[in-house]
Amino acid sequence: MSENILLAHGSGSKLSHDLIEKNFLAPLANPLLAKLDDSAVFDLSGRLAFTTDSYVVSPIFFPGGDIGKLAVCGTVNDLAMSGAVPLYLSLSLIIEEGLALDELDRVVNSIKTAAEEAGVNIVTGDTKVVNRGSADKLFINTSGIGVVPLGIDISGANATVGDKIILSGAIGDHGIAVMSQREGLKFSVPVQSDCAPLNKLVSQMLQVSSHIHCLRDPTRGGLATALNEFAKQSNVGIKIEEERIPVQEGVRAACELLGFDPLYIANEGKLVAIVDSHDADRILTTMKQDPYGASSSIIGEVTEGHRGRVVMKTRLGASRIVDMLSGELLPRIC
Amino acid sequence: MKFIDEYRDAELARKLVTRIEQLSTRPARLMEFCGGHTVAIMRNGIRQLLPPTVEMLSGPGCPVCVTANADIDKAIALSRLPDVIVTTFGDMIKVPGSYSSLQQARAEGADIRIVYSTQDALQIARDNPRKSVIFIGIGFETTAPTIAASILQAEQEKFENFYLLCLLKLCPPVMKAILNLGEIKLDGIVCPGHVSAIIGSRPYEFIPRDYSVACVVSGFEPLDILLSVAMLVEQNEEGKPGVEIAYRRVVKPEGNKRALELIDEIFEVDAADWRGIGIIRDSGLKMGKAYGRFDAERAFTITPGPVREAKGCICGDILRGVKTPVDCKLFREVCLPEHPVGPCMVSSEGACAAYYQYGDGYE
Repeated sequence: MSENILLAHGSGSKLSHDLIEKNFLAPLANPLLAKLDDSAVFDLSGRLAFTTDSYVVSPIFFPGGDIGKLAVCGTVNDLAMSGAVPLYLSLSLIIEEGLALDELDRVVNSIKTAAEEAGVNIVTGDTKVVNRGSADKLFINTSGIGVVPLGIDISGANATVGDKIILSGAIGDHGIAVMSQREGLKFSVPVQSDCAPLNKLVSQMLQVSSHIHCLRDPTRGGLATALNEFAKQSNVGIKIEEERIPVQEGVRAACELLGFDPLYIANEGKLVAIVDSHDADRILTTMKQDPYGASSSIIGEVTEGHRGRVVMKTRLGASRIVDMLSGELLPRIC
Repeated sequence: MKFIDEYRDAELARKLVTRIEQLSTRPARLMEFCGGHTVAIMRNGIRQLLPPTVEMLSGPGCPVCVTANADIDKAIALSRLPDVIVTTFGDMIKVPGSYSSLQQARAEGADIRIVYSTQDALQIARDNPRKSVIFIGIGFETTAPTIAASILQAEQEKFENFYLLCLLKLCPPVMKAILNLGEIKLDGIVCPGHVSAIIGSRPYEFIPRDYSVACVVSGFEPLDILLSVAMLVEQNEEGKPGVEIAYRRVVKPEGNKRALELIDEIFEVDAADWRGIGIIRDSGLKMGKAYGRFDAERAFTITPGPVREAKGCICGDILRGVKTPVDCKLFREVCLPEHPVGPCMVSSEGACAAYYQYGDGYE
């Protein structure tokens, strides 16, 4: 039995079948996947949300997660940010020849755990093996389908003047966790990726308010980019307060060292919501009861002035623009 | 965070602002020399906190910004030679030269690698014995010692494939050049913090003596800068300009003797070409005779085309403090971080990039 992935594992041969049976079907078992037809066939009704994302993070294992957990959480979160209840995921892997089989098993196990936590099933999949050097260990694509409950209309274009902006916790953890692995940075308390499925948090928020206008998980480009997208899509101004944005110690230290601004660092388990001001406190209380929203806070509001722009009140009491990320800050963090 | 939060305290900042307001009775035009200072000022919104009597101008203290087009053209020409790997700090790669940029040259096939230190460049030379590895050495007195150390190491380890394109520059001579130009009347200079960690505060003594301009060496946190401004305003109000240090946790009057010796051993003082100012005598460093074999300009023959400046770009005026980014017709219109026309929009310490990124006075 080989300990590494061989080109033959992707050839459609007996080896391929064995790999799929043993390393994918067994851990990810569910009735739809078990059928092994060319497509998963199922009934769904209502408004559907459909999304896809590819994951090329390097390294594939990082503190607080790995590429498998990321591939499930990322797609689940994209669905959740539309207010959808995520149901089914596809899973497609491009594996570089030579990947250790036990590394693949660890990744698939993370996929299983994350899917279970999010309450989604992997219902269809594909595996390709490419020559050494044609990929970097492992690339994953997941697509996801969810159902948007009746009456929910969440979009980046829905922010209105007076709305409050809620952030679900400290920013920058994921980007710095991955970066620290790559740059060999050592912290006394290592920064862990915040990678997590947020669909349950969102569903609780939706239960206490029907006035959640915008939701986004600030991944690449960070909080600054997500807020700029809202400001432009909704043609409103956004004002936030530096003091109210939590950044944990290790992230701040790494940012100081590397010359980054935490506002632009990626998150994989945080959301930013723009909500009607009357519902803000109720939503905040609900969010704080969820493990992934325990450190939630109101960080600012939607304003009439400076439409299309995000402005931040600095700790010293002055204000400055918070612009979109321009250019590449950290490549291959997700 | 220890050693950081103490210097960002909002309450102390307010006290310093009040002190500046109380002290300042007449106009004080101050130049923050360093790009790092410009960024800290913009990022924290410090200009809005200062009374209208205090004006802050950005200076030429961004190594990427002051690199002349001619020198960028040289770096690009070197990168196009066969069997050459060019190594550089990240910001340099996007700076447009006369015709192209290192980024463009890389897309066309040149082997150009971003490094975080000269140690990375040496490692690339070690790993690629059949290639010539050229490090683009930009920076001021702060960077010079580590580059000098890499040359020393290359000598000790008998590297035969490591070269330096030496574009290092010196701060006090450019300050003198700006004061001699007389285009702007300055009352004080916020002197560079990390440059001064190497050279100390004494090399600035000619400034109050010969030009009656106050000098305070500053750190890069909001309180450092506010304290420096308060000290400059005080010197100005008392009519007694001198050289003071507001960054004593890092800077000593005599500087860092060991680092200065290292610079002296490897380099010689020579003229340097500054963007927007031109060639200034004794304002740069070149390879000393004993280490000439590491000099990329000696080891390789290149013929970059005639130097061209970008039309409409006023980076030169901005670097001399004559104009600010908002005076530039290209700013925010044509010149953007993703399509920079001039270097001040490229470098993370460039005045245009800082003005663009953080804006000014939005309420």
